[in-house]
Amino acid sequence: MGCGTSSSMKDKKSEKALKAALVIQNWYRGHSAQLKTRQRYALTIFQSIEYADEQGQLELSNFFSFMLENYTRLLEEDSELVTHLFDSNIQDKDRQDYWVLIDVPDSYCGPRLQFPLTFTDIDLLIEAFKQQQILHAYYVLEVLFETKKLLQQMPNFTHIKTSPSKEITICGDLHGKLDDLFLIYYKNGLPSVSNPYVFNGDFVDRGKNSMEILMILFVSFLVYPNDLHLNRGNHEDFMMNMRYGFTNEVLHKYKLHGKKILQVLEDIYTWLPIGTIIDNEILVIHGGISESTDLNLLHRIERNKLKSVLMPPIPIDGDHATEKGNKVGTTITARGIRTNGSLSEQLTKHEWEQVIDILWSDPRGKRGCYPNTGRGGGCYFGPDITSKILNKYQLKMLIRSHECKPEGYEICHDGKVITVFSASNYYEEGSNRGAYIRVSSGTPPRFFQYQVTRATCLRPLYQRMNAVESRAIRMLKERMISQKTDLIRVFQLQDSSKSGKLSVGQWAFSMENILGLNLPWRSLSSHLVTTDKDGNIDYMSSFQDIHIQKPVKEVQSTLIETVYRYRSDLQIIFNVIDSNHSGLISMEEFRSIWKLFKSHYRVCVDDSQLDELTERMDLNKDGSIDFNEFLKAFYVVHKFDKLSKSDTKVA
Amino acid sequence: MSQIIQWIEIGTIIRSLGCCPSEGELHDLIAEVEEEEPTGYIRFEKFLPVMTEVLLERRYRPIPEDILHRAFEVLDPAKRGFLSKEELIKYMTEVGERFSQEEMEEMLSAAIDPESNSIHYKDYITMMVVDEN
Repeated sequence: MGCGTSSSMKDKKSEKALKAALVIQNWYRGHSAQLKTRQRYALTIFQSIEYADEQGQLELSNFFSFMLENYTRLLEEDSELVTHLFDSNIQDKDRQDYWVLIDVPDSYCGPRLQFPLTFTDIDLLIEAFKQQQILHAYYVLEVLFETKKLLQQMPNFTHIKTSPSKEITICGDLHGKLDDLFLIYYKNGLPSVSNPYVFNGDFVDRGKNSMEILMILFVSFLVYPNDLHLNRGNHEDFMMNMRYGFTNEVLHKYKLHGKKILQVLEDIYTWLPIGTIIDNEILVIHGGISESTDLNLLHRIERNKLKSVLMPPIPIDGDHATEKGNKVGTTITARGIRTNGSLSEQLTKHEWEQVIDILWSDPRGKRGCYPNTGRGGGCYFGPDITSKILNKYQLKMLIRSHECKPEGYEICHDGKVITVFSASNYYEEGSNRGAYIRVSSGTPPRFFQYQVTRATCLRPLYQRMNAVESRAIRMLKERMISQKTDLIRVFQLQDSSKSGKLSVGQWAFSMENILGLNLPWRSLSSHLVTTDKDGNIDYMSSFQDIHIQKPVKEVQSTLIETVYRYRSDLQIIFNVIDSNHSGLISMEEFRSIWKLFKSHYRVCVDDSQLDELTERMDLNKDGSIDFNEFLKAFYVVHKFDKLSKSDTKVA
Repeated sequence: MSQIIQWIEIGTIIRSLGCCPSEGELHDLIAEVEEEEPTGYIRFEKFLPVMTEVLLERRYRPIPEDILHRAFEVLDPAKRGFLSKEELIKYMTEVGERFSQEEMEEMLSAAIDPESNSIHYKDYITMMVVDEN
């Protein structure tokens, strides 16, 4: 009734409300943290598998060296293979003539570029690509040839000056994600004399619009050659493209002229500059540095001799043959093929290593410099290395890309190293943000983040997390099944009582040991295995709901598993051997390659059934195998997965 | 800048281990594990014993579902079964250990039924709890 009573009631009420609010807030923050952690786990899984694949890719390069030593001795006449791999001197004249002869039909309603290019052509391309049009091969090749001519005039490192009124924008990996490039150009403006850009490598692979990204970037470069800077990334490499999707994209979009386009691209990659130096203070390169990074040397080398960073120079003397488990020994008899002055067509091993370091290294918190065992190339460099190298060349900061970061960028090494990554949703929708940086002399760098989304409103966090997480777990399970035999062997070794169970510690140790993926196994165990009430793990339970489809029932599982596991490597090897892109490889070549492959990769598998396998799969066409069809037949079936029902092929 | 990021990371880690400290309790916990001169980094050797004790003592246990439900009911005295978007925002951002704008937006994206612009808290809680498992 009186004021006193109602105010104390109010107090009580607001006190209750306060407590209630606290409860809800507390609960929400706990819930939100769980979601974020799950996101991090998922990202770690994706990243580990990605890097393990990259390691596989580098391993493949060793195999090629090995193969050349032995294979060419076995089948003496196949110098065509070697020329395909090593000879980059296809006459320029031939290429020009070829291109000019391509006809653009009147019925083509895609964008038509006008040379010399102007900024309107940039707009034209963007609008066309937004409507999912494909640029005609004629224009593609024209752009590529012009780009190459211009790139050849660029030094290994471009030196740029900024001013308070002329900031420069630095973007990281795009990996074929066109929407991200659109978003950057939209938010940050198109490139121009007053709005310069550096694109720090990895424009292609993985995403489905690598071609369109290249076209936009190259056209931008042709219009503003002094203000649009492109650095080479580790994916600007024809061998990486074979594994990570760009080669397929080109051959698919350009059925007639794709091969030609790929050839020209191989060359263009080698002409991309290694890095940019801004205001003599900031070094912008794709990967990182090592303790022996020699910028003076890097300024001097003939960068175009580096055809693929994954093809190490063939040792000329015996003393170079020791690195990376090259088991060949010192007999170098295949030299007969290389006598036509090809010695000068390669870089020295030291120069090659310097470039690998720049394109593949990753910064880490630990001091010192160590081989990058995650990726298999380059190194891990610590804050002391950063200080040492930056001081040596009187630089203040290193900006690099190469690693996906949840927030699109990350600062480390006391603010001296910045990672910028511009492909949002890189692994999966919702996996990470993208970012770009604006710098100018005298002011600290400014960061801009974004995340592209297909829906107009972002799905709630927990839904996005579920999607990311389930995809990561799927990938991980596929890895597991591809090494099932090895895993079971190690499990059983530790399970002395043959109970079918292991402690969590034993299981985690085995997983780490065999798969070589540095993952939080204990936290992931609930997704991968069943645990009993005593906390012990039923280790066979991981393999219950997943198996590799057997293309031929009678063949041993271990052989199937091995082919499945190495399918990416085999695909690349076959593609490289199939130099005329026929899609076919002779049975004899197939057998020889398999033999070499087994030997180099130390695979112990009984391949007496290999012939039976290929025969029964009925892929023989006049004694040849259609290897793409062969490899496609090895895939994983997730038994309880609604997704796989639509992917399942009719055998 | 790195200091703030580090701060947030530790809170996420602690909460992901199943503990639900309030913001105030979290501050105290961080003070326990921080360096004498805060560097922006927490060292694992310091973190481990403190966190182990927290876990063994079962401190900061998470809120049970029914208590959470009752909390919503307190804010909904008319027992409509829902809170309007404005009401939720008001309570979460003005009272208690207030939400940041980002936290508020995040919660709204999952909680709010776009047609009625309100949160039907019973369904929301059920959905979140199922998801956690």
